[in-house]
Amino acid sequence: MTEAEFQAELNRIRPTLMRFAVLQLRDEQSAEDAVQDTLLAALEGRERFSGRSQLKTWVVSILRNKIVDRIRQRSREAPLPEAGDNEAEDFDALFAPDGHWAETPADWGDPDRSFEQGRFFEVLELCMKALPENLSRVFLMREVLEMETEEICKELAISSSNCWVVLYRARMRLRECLQLKWFGQGVEA
Amino acid sequence: MKTCKEAHRLVIEGQDRKLSLMERIALRAHLMMCGACRRFEAQVQFLREAVRRLPGR
Repeated sequence: MTEAEFQAELNRIRPTLMRFAVLQLRDEQSAEDAVQDTLLAALEGRERFSGRSQLKTWVVSILRNKIVDRIRQRSREAPLPEAGDNEAEDFDALFAPDGHWAETPADWGDPDRSFEQGRFFEVLELCMKALPENLSRVFLMREVLEMETEEICKELAISSSNCWVVLYRARMRLRECLQLKWFGQGVEA
Repeated sequence: MKTCKEAHRLVIEGQDRKLSLMERIALRAHLMMCGACRRFEAQVQFLREAVRRLPGR
């Protein structure tokens, strides 16, 4: 790949990087900065990109690190508020007093059928954006940046019980949102 | 025997920590008998897979 081709290829994946960074950082400006840093790092590290992996995969992994750096910095500057510990209430709404589901979980069918539809990811992004900031930050560190839970608690200086509660809530909200906005619409079948 | 309420908690926590052997056995036993919780487990796994596919698409 010549330098010009390399640059053209980077330009092509820029919008994808930008969308991903905005989703993570929830702020155009920091997203823009993270993407700039990433593209620079990619250009500088062109030698190290051997072409063994896909360029996009390689660049996304650089971007992940840039995003983690920013999240770390943010967490130092603006610590997350502790989530209230009314976890029992969270559970209670879902279940009958005897411990059975109040409402049986729906069958979401074959995931790949949803993944094949571009619209699905728009709905998913919408649902992720709807998460409150504190839930979203922890959830993204866990799921998108694939950090270990212990590492996240330490990084954000929150107790591990708080970490569990936050992750629990984020998962349950996303599930509810997808049920409502995607599966409940009868689009999956 | 675990209730669905207890089982759903293990399903979710299993995403974020390694369950103990006893917890895994109890959960598997419950899931074998309970279609509702199997669906829930599938939903939770679906979520993880979906979110991880976001950046690459």
